[in-house]
Amino acid sequence: MNIHEYQAKEILRTYQVDVPRGKVAFTPEEAEWNARELGGQVFVVKAQIHAGGRGKGGGVKIARTLPEVKSFASQMLGMKLVTHQTGPQGKMVQRLLIEEGIDILKELYLGIVLDRSVSKLVFMASTEGGMEIEKVAAEKPQAIIKEYVDPQVGMQTFQARKIAFGLGLSGDQIKNAVNFILSLYQAFVETDASLAEINPLVITRDGRVLALDAKMNFDDSALFRHPDILEMRDLHEEDPLEIEASKFKLNYIKLDGDVGCMVNGAGLAMATMDIIKLAGSMPANFLDVGGGANVETVKNGFKIILSDANVKAVLINIFGGIVRCDRVAQGIIEAAQSVKIHVPMVIRLAGTNAKEAADLLRQSKMHFEVAETLQEAAKKVVQILH
Amino acid sequence: MSILVDKTSRIVVQGITGKEGSFHTMQMLEYGTRVVAGVTPGKGGQKFENKVPIFNTVKEAVQKTKANVSIIFVPPAFAADAIYEAADAGIATVVCISEGIPAMDMLKVYHYLKNTRTRLIGPNCPGIISPGKCKVGIMPGFIHREGKVGIISRSGTLTYEAVDQISRVGLGQSTCIGIGGDPVIGTRFIDALELFKNDKETRAVVLIGEIGGTAEEEAAQWIKKYFKKPVVAFIAGQTAPPGRRMGHAGAIISGGKGTAAEKMKALKRAGIHVCKSPADIGKTVAGILKKS
Repeated sequence: MNIHEYQAKEILRTYQVDVPRGKVAFTPEEAEWNARELGGQVFVVKAQIHAGGRGKGGGVKIARTLPEVKSFASQMLGMKLVTHQTGPQGKMVQRLLIEEGIDILKELYLGIVLDRSVSKLVFMASTEGGMEIEKVAAEKPQAIIKEYVDPQVGMQTFQARKIAFGLGLSGDQIKNAVNFILSLYQAFVETDASLAEINPLVITRDGRVLALDAKMNFDDSALFRHPDILEMRDLHEEDPLEIEASKFKLNYIKLDGDVGCMVNGAGLAMATMDIIKLAGSMPANFLDVGGGANVETVKNGFKIILSDANVKAVLINIFGGIVRCDRVAQGIIEAAQSVKIHVPMVIRLAGTNAKEAADLLRQSKMHFEVAETLQEAAKKVVQILH
Repeated sequence: MSILVDKTSRIVVQGITGKEGSFHTMQMLEYGTRVVAGVTPGKGGQKFENKVPIFNTVKEAVQKTKANVSIIFVPPAFAADAIYEAADAGIATVVCISEGIPAMDMLKVYHYLKNTRTRLIGPNCPGIISPGKCKVGIMPGFIHREGKVGIISRSGTLTYEAVDQISRVGLGQSTCIGIGGDPVIGTRFIDALELFKNDKETRAVVLIGEIGGTAEEEAAQWIKKYFKKPVVAFIAGQTAPPGRRMGHAGAIISGGKGTAAEKMKALKRAGIHVCKSPADIGKTVAGILKKS
């Protein structure tokens, strides 16, 4: 799960990770009020969307007076912010973070991710602050400092020192950076984060080390023990169809093609999308109906797939293991009676009771194309479209 | 021969009285698997279906029944504890079916197990089957045939698809291992390949990967150096968009890394037969085994 920058900073603050003072605003008036509360000469107005590259898109502005804060806020709220991460359609700005201005001496990068190849968390740091770490990794891999954490003992102080010295810090900066790194690790582990990115991490002229920006993602599997973080979910940032699907416990991701698919199992669902492309069309979605595909899940799956106006045909691919194909076929027939299906459909049911299922579909006299193999199913659905 | 499990394996089911656990225990017994014990704390002394004795702890189950393989069906919040318990009792192979275990829990489990004799398969996996001998998992037994092809896969139903294709071309499987779809798993492609390398019966291996991580690339490197048997691979998610988690917790392209294209390229470079289409797995394996 993703959260906004201001929410990540609120979490970090509770773990004594140094961040600029600031507060979220939903209206221009609130933005001005927040700035007045902050005091000082310089304010930063930051658009809050779940995407990076906001500065270049006009989503970060420096204001020197309260009226300026208000005017930037009215410009930004409601605007479509387009960055390299949002796609051309952009994202609507509905929240702002109003922050104190910071006197920056140096901009650095600090991040924590899970390195799957060694099953350890790894700190990554670089002096190339503000630059995307992927770009640094591609262009100057030697500029990235890596420190792996043994999960049984946690991040050690000497490791934090290694990073601080590696970044070329000195004096008070070292002590502050070490505290920052250890606190960030604590925040990461205790909230079951899956990613933390501080870009840039800044050093101020008076030696402070703080998170000028903060991005945090969380492990969906661990949200059950973090109700406070779950509350931070912003539904405006998600696709409405995906939200609808999640209510039915369906795993749905909207894509750009025109062949809707319904499959059991994530791997087979991806493979089905792939074979649709190889056959000459593009998938409209990823949809995993899971292990217990019954009448209800099939019905809800249809509803979701067919609400996407791009869908011109549907491919159902179920490999029955524990799930019996005849039950799924029954579900499809019942669902087709209650949900208006206005596009052609190709059904492939393999595995347990596949033959009985094919008979049921045939006897239903409904307009289903039935396929025996994956190859045949993909071919048939693409033929229908062309 | 086969790897990990065979006719002599003695299975203990952790969470035998739960909905999933009881259903799949019945299925495993029907397949002929020697399920010798179940564990559900508080239900020790009872019997499952009047056949399988239930114990309060894994330790007790091992002492009384000499169980050496465990399969775990407990809810994700308690799964890590179940794995520790199995390792503590000296179980050699632990298969964890549970989906949705927090990654932070699995990191600790992974490193804890390094200092034990226990091998973990999964979590979030369909389990292991050595066709005709032993099924420790949730896969449909009837699609499998005894044979010479080893299968290692990050997926569930896609593995069944591959197995079915291989059985239909008249070949069979030595052992099929679902290694799981999570970012932190106990047994990786390379670990499983190492076992197949030493198994005389296995003549070829099918590797089914998917987007996310770099396990397939690492396997490709390893195969090039150490693995002489033919390998056929398929990578799911050629059409998956970056930044989105495709069902499995581990199936995500992040920071431009972990794409299907990269993995396929790495595998090809290592001399592995890469199938572009998931429908070609059976054919490709048949073609290779005919030639050799």
